[in-house]
Amino acid sequence: MSAISMVLVVIVAFFAGMEGILDQWQFHQPLVACTLIGMVTGHMAEGIMLGGSLQMIALGWANVGAAVAPDAALAAVASSIILVQGGQGVKGIGSAVAIAIPLAVAGLFLTMLVRTITVGIVHLMDKAAKEANSKMIDFWQYVCICLQGLRIALPAILLLIIPASAVRGMLEAMPAWLNDGMSIGGGMVVAVGYAMVINMMASREVWPFFAIGFVIAAISDLTLIAIGALGIALALMYLSLDKSGSNSGSNNGGNSNSGDPLGDILDDY
Amino acid sequence: MAEPVVAEKKITLSKSDLYKVAWRTQFLQGSWNYERMQNGGWCYSMIPAINKLYQKKEDRAAAYQRHLEFFNTHPYVTSPIIGVTLALEEERANGAPIDDAAIQGVKVGMMGPLAGVGDPVFWFTVRPMIGALGASLALGGSIMGPILFFVLWNVIRLATIWYTQEFGYKAGNAITDDLSGGLLQMITRGASMMGMFVIGALIERWVNINFTPVVSKIQQQKGAYIDWNNLPKGSAGIHEALSQQAGGLSLERLKVTTLQNNLDSLIPGLVPLLLTFLCMWLLKKNVSPIIIILGIFVVGVVGHVIGLL
Repeated sequence: MSAISMVLVVIVAFFAGMEGILDQWQFHQPLVACTLIGMVTGHMAEGIMLGGSLQMIALGWANVGAAVAPDAALAAVASSIILVQGGQGVKGIGSAVAIAIPLAVAGLFLTMLVRTITVGIVHLMDKAAKEANSKMIDFWQYVCICLQGLRIALPAILLLIIPASAVRGMLEAMPAWLNDGMSIGGGMVVAVGYAMVINMMASREVWPFFAIGFVIAAISDLTLIAIGALGIALALMYLSLDKSGSNSGSNNGGNSNSGDPLGDILDDY
Repeated sequence: MAEPVVAEKKITLSKSDLYKVAWRTQFLQGSWNYERMQNGGWCYSMIPAINKLYQKKEDRAAAYQRHLEFFNTHPYVTSPIIGVTLALEEERANGAPIDDAAIQGVKVGMMGPLAGVGDPVFWFTVRPMIGALGASLALGGSIMGPILFFVLWNVIRLATIWYTQEFGYKAGNAITDDLSGGLLQMITRGASMMGMFVIGALIERWVNINFTPVVSKIQQQKGAYIDWNNLPKGSAGIHEALSQQAGGLSLERLKVTTLQNNLDSLIPGLVPLLLTFLCMWLLKKNVSPIIIILGIFVVGVVGHVIGLL
């Protein structure tokens, strides 16, 4: 990899780290991060495909309340560096995905570390506030954001220093049964993300929608956009029927939804 | 919570002040910490407005400190809360009797319910859906996947931040009343319905489990399979074989049924569905998602080695 590519990879990693906490532009989502790293290293197609595979797994990963989700940023950045360094091309995507998962877990530790360090920095903000010094509050805010960027950029630098041949050797040393087994696991692990989403949204009112969606997906002619349009149409129909029906009395269905998940969130925050 | 509003206005926030604040809310979570969570980012966001509204040093110091109190909600729905708080601070700077407790009360009162809107709508409906759409394109190597995801998401996000802040700023205190009432609850409900519908579809489409064990090998009746030995020679034979296959004849004499075929004939996607339910149950039992993920990989490897998967 050329020096320019390496610098660009580190910059992408820094952005991914910042976004991992800010959660605004989504540079930390695999679909974006893997594509960008693929782009700056000249392995665009593999990067996009790796991003797609990882994104599928990471769909439901979000930090809500007590549930801490795996770190998508480190998983995306590290696995795409390994994919590029491994030099196996599209064939290496399966094992890169498999490597990404333990990395996503390891990333949690770094996240917790930075969030703890930040406690100290916030006290420095308190001090600046007392002195009415808004410039210093700004400064410490930027320091915190940069720490989050380094959280991913430093591991990326580390991975870049390890020679490509070592990465390649490590990947080739993986026996086929382990590789295939990991790919099979990767096909199933998507379910965890969906389960997290369902646990968040499920209520008696919305389960029928789930059932219809599940059954309808077997019609393979329907694209995801078509399914999305159908979902919107059904939800709109339900809501307007419910609204016109609630005038005549029954309002049970309406309230069952907000009770449970809202209560959980309130407890967690 | 509703304080009387004083009519006379000396200092008002300009459009550019509001833009500055909206831009800064994007960095809300930058100093997320275990003690007071989003407090640093909140104060950072308010700074342009505070500096405009208060000129005396002690007023500013008090305002900064007041906005370094505990705060935590979904990052995008912070904007309507910021909007309301801006309106309150503006009144206060112009002499309205709004005390610290009132401002803190509005913040805390809104952050809980709004997090309950933001999390299901953004993290669990919009992002999984746009993400799945982009990822399904990206799996084929199309650059349109990531671009679609990035553009769609950020258009929705930026519009939400700006317009809800404006809404909050204009509505002032009124927004807190609306929360318990109508619109936001409708949006949350609609999003959950839509989300559950799509999640159901995604489970069928994207969770892959394939049980390989062979359940039965049945010798089929004559006429149910293509009799390869009695086909015409050359291309006529190929034509005959293809038309027989199109007519529903089997390619092989033995009909091999794997466990997967049996399960699919019940309903396609049954096993992924059961696996999802298992994960939901484990999560409800407070098993960490990370343990479940690692466990699934172990099951995948072991299952493959013993020939089940």
